[in-house]
Amino acid sequence: MGKFKKKKRETGAISTASLPDIVFMLLFFFMVATVLRTEEEMVRVVRPEASEIYKIEKKHLIRYINIGPPQDKRYGTEPVIQLNDQFADVAQIRDWVENERLTLAEAEQTKMWVSMKVDQDTKMGVVTDVKQELRKASALKVLYSASSRERTN
Amino acid sequence: MADIAFLLLIFWLVTTTIDSDEGVKRQLPPPVPPDMEQQEVKDGDVYNVRTNFRDELLVEKEVLSIGELKDGAKDFLIATGTGLLHPERPNVTLGDDNMKYPERQWVRKVDLMALEQSYIAAGQPKAAERVREKLTAIELFGSDYKELPGSALISLQTDRSTSYDLYLQVQNELEAAVNELRDELSLAKFNESYASLEERYGRTKEQSLLDKIVAIRLVYPQRISEAEPRDASQGYY
Repeated sequence: MGKFKKKKRETGAISTASLPDIVFMLLFFFMVATVLRTEEEMVRVVRPEASEIYKIEKKHLIRYINIGPPQDKRYGTEPVIQLNDQFADVAQIRDWVENERLTLAEAEQTKMWVSMKVDQDTKMGVVTDVKQELRKASALKVLYSASSRERTN
Repeated sequence: MADIAFLLLIFWLVTTTIDSDEGVKRQLPPPVPPDMEQQEVKDGDVYNVRTNFRDELLVEKEVLSIGELKDGAKDFLIATGTGLLHPERPNVTLGDDNMKYPERQWVRKVDLMALEQSYIAAGQPKAAERVREKLTAIELFGSDYKELPGSALISLQTDRSTSYDLYLQVQNELEAAVNELRDELSLAKFNESYASLEERYGRTKEQSLLDKIVAIRLVYPQRISEAEPRDASQGYY
């Protein structure tokens, strides 16, 4: 009884006129959501993994110390310390802390965080020296930068 | 138009690196004044963790792997029982050296009430405040508890040639030990993990949450001390 013929209604192609808008919206979302790295990394850092991770909310309070082998092989393969945009010596850390502290508002100067981005193959000698200098400079809040993993059993 | 927008989007995605500011948090001790006197500690009250240049761990005179460290530290922190979750345990001996764990002391409500009055009478409001914290803890737990003696601590000594990775793993495991114990206690007493208590307190700043956090910290304090760096020539192996 094929009396009823299924009527096929023609549907036009979906309009793509709004596609650019959507993509632009995505673009702007990513632009706003990402935090740009402010400094160039001159040392190669592979961060160790840890499970007891703490995340700092107030990013403007963080100052970075990078320790690792230089990206540029001409500077050798031994781990070096990078403060801001240049290689530095352990002895410079105290001055650096003082200067960085001054860039913060007076009420927040005691709340400064020092984030240590240290390559996982670095020997502790350098790190210990840096920590001792930080103590002398009274920069006592330290974050050992790490990527997160699950807790082991 | 869409093609251009896509190009821009992909360009942005490829060029930006998201900086993640997360890691293991530590408070460094203030510099030691030169005239500070050495404090005497009982041998059993310190949990010694040492690492050497071959990335090996020496824990309480025993060679452990990193995976065993957390349980060892937990045993040390529970010590002779908390009076709350872990029933009283006799002094446990470990290895040949008869390593003893620190003796946890009872914190009793009756003693604290008298102590608080005496501090107030003596005009020491800060000391009285600390006693009141313990009283609040007892109220929240619904019973007396046992605290670690003040001299009990985990001591970490790192050789200069230890790798940073191992150092961070040790720090991480020690912190995990404390956090797991805190979570366990918090779940049993307050039906909520310790991490969630802290997270909620961070958002709401509610006093009742802080009281619970302080109570748990009183039972399981985080006492990780890093030894002053020493030269290997002074022979600490």
